[in-house]
Amino acid sequence: MAFAFGFPLVQVVRDSFYAGNFSAPIYVGLANYRGVLSDPAFHQSILDNMKLLLTVPIMLGLGLAIALVLNDRIRGGRHYQSVVFLPYVLPATAIGIAFSFLLQERGVLNTSLRRLGLGGLAQDWLGNSHLAIVSVGGVVVWQQLGFAVVVFTAALLALPPETAEAARIDGAGWWQLQLRVLVPQIRPIIELLAVIQVITVISWVFNYVYVLTAGGPGFSSSVMELYIWRSFSNGSDGTAASVAVMLLGMASVLIGLSLWVRRQTAAQ
Amino acid sequence: MRTRARHGIVRVLSQHAFLIIICLAALYPLWFIASTALRSNAAYQLDPTGFPSHPTLGSLRNMLFHEPLPRWMWNSFLVTISSVAVSTFFALLAAYAAVFGRFRGHSIFVSTSVALMVVPPVTLLVPMFVFMVDSGLVNHLQSVIIFYTGLLVPFAIFFMSGFFRTIPGELIEAASSEGAGPFTVFRRIVLPLSGAASFTLIVVQAIWVWNELLIALVFLQNEGSRTLMAGLTQFQGRFVTNEPLVLAGALLSILPVVALYLSGQRFFVRGLTAGIGK
Repeated sequence: MAFAFGFPLVQVVRDSFYAGNFSAPIYVGLANYRGVLSDPAFHQSILDNMKLLLTVPIMLGLGLAIALVLNDRIRGGRHYQSVVFLPYVLPATAIGIAFSFLLQERGVLNTSLRRLGLGGLAQDWLGNSHLAIVSVGGVVVWQQLGFAVVVFTAALLALPPETAEAARIDGAGWWQLQLRVLVPQIRPIIELLAVIQVITVISWVFNYVYVLTAGGPGFSSSVMELYIWRSFSNGSDGTAASVAVMLLGMASVLIGLSLWVRRQTAAQ
Repeated sequence: MRTRARHGIVRVLSQHAFLIIICLAALYPLWFIASTALRSNAAYQLDPTGFPSHPTLGSLRNMLFHEPLPRWMWNSFLVTISSVAVSTFFALLAAYAAVFGRFRGHSIFVSTSVALMVVPPVTLLVPMFVFMVDSGLVNHLQSVIIFYTGLLVPFAIFFMSGFFRTIPGELIEAASSEGAGPFTVFRRIVLPLSGAASFTLIVVQAIWVWNELLIALVFLQNEGSRTLMAGLTQFQGRFVTNEPLVLAGALLSILPVVALYLSGQRFFVRGLTAGIGK
């Protein structure tokens, strides 16, 4: 652990103050940071990560809805659950490639829309600079939804049945029961999952972006990970390192938050 | 009473309709991959939505016999098995020491693991790459095996120590009071009890390694040393106008995962949600 984390964590901070190739580093102080912070492509990358944050409430809301329905002792619930969970275990690379074909200008989605007479809705989902990151977000939701469903289902199952029973006897309707009785009880788990998903979309979406849009068109769907990867491939190790340090800073705040939420959860 | 019952039926029906729509959405892309892989490129270009009415194994055969896919798959197998084996072995010993040995700072050790679990690997990429260049390991599978193992260990320790805490301490004390040393206790009592938990851990780690792309892309840059995921992205660029062929590769990369999932679903669910457990 010291080797895999300790060494690179120290080294990446050190690298971020140097420029040039790693075989002949030159100390440049904060110049890398200044360069990155004034680079419009970096601003775009951060902005895209922020846009992807919108997938978190969508995923949690939809996941919660599915989990509540499954919790209703519905027939075949286990089968539904295993189907919904399946995408989560599949390789994001293979899935991303499939979606890149589905979403092509002449792909399945547009062809179907045109055939249904909805040609007006057909879009260049990955080639349009406004839509590309939205499409990436859609694929992220598609793949990660099952995780939320499984986590929430487990949390709902662990609740004592007496409270729900009492509410039912008191005449609570279905919606009241869900929103007033069940959801508040699993709130700590919802919060914890929210933090984890925020970490995911900030620092763990490289696969999707790389195969869906490669950051394009232009830099319109670049994310921080992709920015790091691109600078690094171009030989700007210092630039890559300084973005890595900033990403690490953001992640640390979130990690601290997740540990805190975890402790709150444990305390209850 | 009557309306209440009708209400119930409407509710159950709409719940099923909702779940069926979700399931279709979850399954459609998989159907797309599998069905397109079985179609000829000409048929696909004519209509991407079509049903494989004249299925052909041409693309799959091409992938298996004329493209480097088998080699990449083998690389992925090697990388997955080695890094998962090393990390599981290490985590079993470390978690055993942390939970039952109670060495100084054992709780700090475990909570450090929890924190490291969520460190984005991309931030470690540059220094690790420089290290691998210096030690001459770039383009060798060892480079990713070492890195993956390091990345897996924190979760493995967290997971195993969580499980070990559920083993009653009296069991260990009884054995040690009869004169069994820590290694005998480990081998005779702890290991036999950890079968299911270890299997869960192995499955989760294997999936993670199999699916990893970024590190493989950076560390393994020549044709012969690529892992399957890195290779797939090559196909995507090389066969831009032959979707069935690329999807045949994607299908072959998914099959082992689906097979593992179908054989041990409950292990998956338990393991993948462990990071969030109580």
